[in-house]
Amino acid sequence: MVPFAGYRMPIQYEGIIAEHRWTRESAGLFDVSHMGQLIFAGAEAEQALETMLPADLAILKDGRLRYSLLLNDQGGIVDDLMVTRRGDHFYMVVNGATKEGDIAHIAERLPRGVVLDHMKEQALLALQGPKAVEALSRLAPGVEALGFMTGAAFDLGGASAWISRSGYTGEDGFEISVSGARVAEVAELLAAQPEVKPIGLGARDSLRLEAGLPLYGHDLDTDITPVEADLVFALSKRRRAEGGFAGWHRIMAELESGPVRRRAGLAVEGRQPVREGATVVDEDGDEVGKVTSGGFSPILEAPIAMAYVPAASAEPGSTVRIAQRGRIFEAKVVPMPFVPHRYHRKGAA
Amino acid sequence: MTVYYTKEHEWVSVEGEQATVGITDFAQAQLGDIVFVELPDSGKQVEQGGDAAVVESVKAASDVYAPVSGEVIESNQALVDDPSLGNTDPEGQGWFFRLRLSNTSELDALMDAGKYKEFCDAQ
Repeated sequence: MVPFAGYRMPIQYEGIIAEHRWTRESAGLFDVSHMGQLIFAGAEAEQALETMLPADLAILKDGRLRYSLLLNDQGGIVDDLMVTRRGDHFYMVVNGATKEGDIAHIAERLPRGVVLDHMKEQALLALQGPKAVEALSRLAPGVEALGFMTGAAFDLGGASAWISRSGYTGEDGFEISVSGARVAEVAELLAAQPEVKPIGLGARDSLRLEAGLPLYGHDLDTDITPVEADLVFALSKRRRAEGGFAGWHRIMAELESGPVRRRAGLAVEGRQPVREGATVVDEDGDEVGKVTSGGFSPILEAPIAMAYVPAASAEPGSTVRIAQRGRIFEAKVVPMPFVPHRYHRKGAA
Repeated sequence: MTVYYTKEHEWVSVEGEQATVGITDFAQAQLGDIVFVELPDSGKQVEQGGDAAVVESVKAASDVYAPVSGEVIESNQALVDDPSLGNTDPEGQGWFFRLRLSNTSELDALMDAGKYKEFCDAQ
């Protein structure tokens, strides 16, 4: 158990590699209750959120969710999040370590008619992996009909749950929001399914790294823009054209002229991992970038990393040099995800 | 053959002037899945308490210190090829390197199995 975002959480149960592989082959259960669950209600909620997020919420249909970014006026990323249109309100899941700051940031910018409710008593579980649907549909029939990035209300073992087909491992799977009062029994029910094992923080990190998904506070922060972070997909077309969200001018300028640095995936030569904090160096050994996540991929059985590198070196096929504890490592820029996503997309998107 | 232990969770098994060094079961459990080791070359002189090897798990990188001073005479290629031996058999096939001891009196500063167990229990 380790302290994490003000909570005590397990790094591992039976071992990071075993848990990682189990999730990719069967189904892993993650307790992500430290994450912040917010509700925005009021007629102007959509408009208000669009001033802070670059997402097109106007076209977001009921029961659909989007990955989006909370931006500051400089276009820096305050947090990354999931936002769902849920009937007459929006439901948002933000990172645990940043939730208090997010709430302060958002509250300052909300018009009076929009009410922000932080659901502190709400817990969140994630069930991820190719057999997640098998296990969960046994307990909450109907979840199998959800497509990727959609959600609905279900009864789960007598508890009312909001379940979405989403997650942060690159696998098919679900996120399950239930009240804190019922979460222990729901978790036990899920863990009792033969496909399911509990997964700790260690494998959560190695899974999202393989999936090429950035982790806030490591790969993203307030000095990094969505363009630098290679999250241009989160800037929807209409919002790019119309603007009206924090940081728009900076972001448009960067889209036009290209960013100076960009987040890139690295395949590191040899077997030794490079870690967060290692530096990207040029021929003379001068620092030109930094590694923001790094570790050993249990699926590829090789070290992988994410780093901010000069834009000229950010294309797949480029080679970069990494300095760590007085040693130089060669790494190749590769496309992300490192391990293919296997989301459950309905029909041809 | 006598086995001694350090507070940094290395073990050293001594036979005459030769010593075999590795990390303990306690250490491997703390580290988790080992994915890489870097071992010293033969001929390298190591000093008691000085850096001798590197072990990396999925979680983190750690230094392995020389429990005693001496000259490295062999390192465990099988462990380099399959670092998971460090988890499955840390005090056997997962040994790190062998030394020719330069100062056997250094062993006096180390713990025996009983003392080491007490030390771990107190952690």
